[in-house]
Amino acid sequence: MKDTKATTAVKEEIRNMTCIVCPTGCQLEVKIVGDLIEVTGADCRRGEEYGRNEVLNPVRVLTTTVKIAEGTLPLLPVRTTEAIPKELLYEAMTALADIELKAPIKTGAVVVENLLGTGIDLVASRDMDHK
Amino acid sequence: MTKVIETDVAIIGGGPAGLAAAVSARKAGAENVVIIERHHELGGILQQCIHNGFGLHRFREELTGPEYAYRFIPEVWDDPKIDVYLNTMVLDLAKDQSITAVHPSHGLITLRPKATVLAMGCRERTRGALNIPGTRPAGVYTAGAAQRFVNMDGFMPGKKVVILGSGDIGLIMARRFTLEGAEVKAVVEVMPYPAGLTRNIAQCLEDFDIPLYLRSTVTKVHGKDRVEGVTVSQVDDAWQPLPGTEMHIPCDTLLLSVGLLPENELTQMADVPLDSRTQGAVVDQNRQTLIPGIFAAGNVLHVHDLVDYVSEEAEIAGRAAAEYALRDGDTRQEKITVIPGENVSYVLPQRLDPDAETEFYLRVTKPIDRITIELGGVRLAVRRLVRPSEMLKIRLRKDHWEKLKQENGETSLELVLDAKAQPVPSPRAQREGVRQ
Ligand SMILES: Cc1cc2nc3c(=O)[nH]c(=O)nc-3n(C[C@H](O)[C@H](O)[C@H](O)COP(=O)(O)OP(=O)(O)OC[C@H]3O[C@@H](n4cnc5c(N)ncnc54)[C@H](O)[C@@H]3O)c2cc1C
Ligand code: SF4
Repeated sequence: MKDTKATTAVKEEIRNMTCIVCPTGCQLEVKIVGDLIEVTGADCRRGEEYGRNEVLNPVRVLTTTVKIAEGTLPLLPVRTTEAIPKELLYEAMTALADIELKAPIKTGAVVVENLLGTGIDLVASRDMDHK
Repeated sequence: MTKVIETDVAIIGGGPAGLAAAVSARKAGAENVVIIERHHELGGILQQCIHNGFGLHRFREELTGPEYAYRFIPEVWDDPKIDVYLNTMVLDLAKDQSITAVHPSHGLITLRPKATVLAMGCRERTRGALNIPGTRPAGVYTAGAAQRFVNMDGFMPGKKVVILGSGDIGLIMARRFTLEGAEVKAVVEVMPYPAGLTRNIAQCLEDFDIPLYLRSTVTKVHGKDRVEGVTVSQVDDAWQPLPGTEMHIPCDTLLLSVGLLPENELTQMADVPLDSRTQGAVVDQNRQTLIPGIFAAGNVLHVHDLVDYVSEEAEIAGRAAAEYALRDGDTRQEKITVIPGENVSYVLPQRLDPDAETEFYLRVTKPIDRITIELGGVRLAVRRLVRPSEMLKIRLRKDHWEKLKQENGETSLELVLDAKAQPVPSPRAQREGVRQ
């Protein structure tokens, strides 16, 4: 870059956040200058990645329940196998409201494949026996 | 006639503590182990904790509560030498370890174990224990009860929610209610800092723009039959409400997340001495209580925030219980008492065999940037950014004992454990590697 003066219009932004990757909860400072993202305060690499992701594409694991018939309980706890975009959380909840499974089911069984086109599956997070 | 069951090790409670204790007791050579659980299934509180966040330390994975439980349950079921009594409630524990329980088909049963592990977990503090003025309408629940309703029974307790207390269960429920379409209006915390883990503040409140009011409390509950709202006031340093700061929040539900209490009725029946700080039994490094043969682990001993350490602690107790049962008795020596000192709200174990290599579990009284942990004046470790919500684990090694003997003499039977606040090195000093 030759003419640095001309690019001083690039916006600099600082965001403070808590890393949620592990219980340590490091306080991150994420500095955004144009396309550059700099993360400080992370105790480990996963925290740096988290800070960067929070700016580019924040994601969260969704854990909730779906209805299940004939099980020992009326609800089956489920989870996404990986984190999905944060903005899809509510949409996913609405989509799951209509599902009703039938017991028995095993931990890890796929309940919804490719949830909302994310490429990520929703799976059962416990066994549910027939009552 | 009452059915009598003889066993090496009896475990009261089938949560993560009971499960890990059973597996480790068997590994340590116990011939037979009995688990008694009052619910219809094993897993304890984990079965209602459907969120992820369990097992990061132990399995390097973020499991949900039920998934964590299933890492142990099959091993317990598949072991023919572990008998599991479900739907069975222990009613009495005597000092000689005879256990009385009600079983769904045998009725009253008696167990005569050689060693016992207490793993009854904890229960939530309730409103009665808190005395909020105002009416007594429906719509006030503990956060854990609400968790069970929403996650296991399929029943939403309300639509507009205020949560008193910023414990982890309350934070987790704030997110759960929000995702299920309810409106969480506020989380109210009397202390100047949150009680729950920082990550839960971020992912359960900040993610959903739920306001957190610190140094505040609910000073009144309104509504005749059903909660119609609450008054929230700021408090001073002595937790007294400050007049003129009242704020009215309309809501139909008040959740209480104001702490957990170890469930020690049975412990007290057996005259096991308790620690007023942990509200659980006084134990040594093997998690043996002051009554020989009775051990304890998990939330019954002190309230844990991470289940990983519940399992770890229960493995210690299970192993020691098996060894005790096989030895058929105790070889006790005089123990050293560990006293919580500066900035330490509690420390466990409270008793130590001389020269015991162990790990202290402790909590600090307030958030501190940098501390050194010292036992009897000997430095054990340095920690940064410590908070009361996070339990610290500090190793006590052989070389520490050697230093202790130099400084305190051979006979010292009391050692104070301090968490001394230290100045944080300036960035410049850190850069230049200057030691402070
Ligand atoms: C709501 C909530 C959220 C949590 N979130 C997290 C988290 O995100 N990450 C994390 O790592 N940890 C979390 N924890 C902590 C962790 O789950 C607990 O520390 C752990 O479950 C405690 O295990 P335990 O075996 O001591 O007790 P429990 O799981 O409570 O098990 C005790 C068992 O004993 C049985 N019992 C009690 N009395 C009797 C009797 N008289 N007779 C027969 N049976 C009896 C009970 O029925 C129960 O099954 C959370 C805890 C709670 C309550
Ligand atoms: S930065 Fe690393 S150590 Fe810190 S909270 Fe995130 S994952 Fe944990």
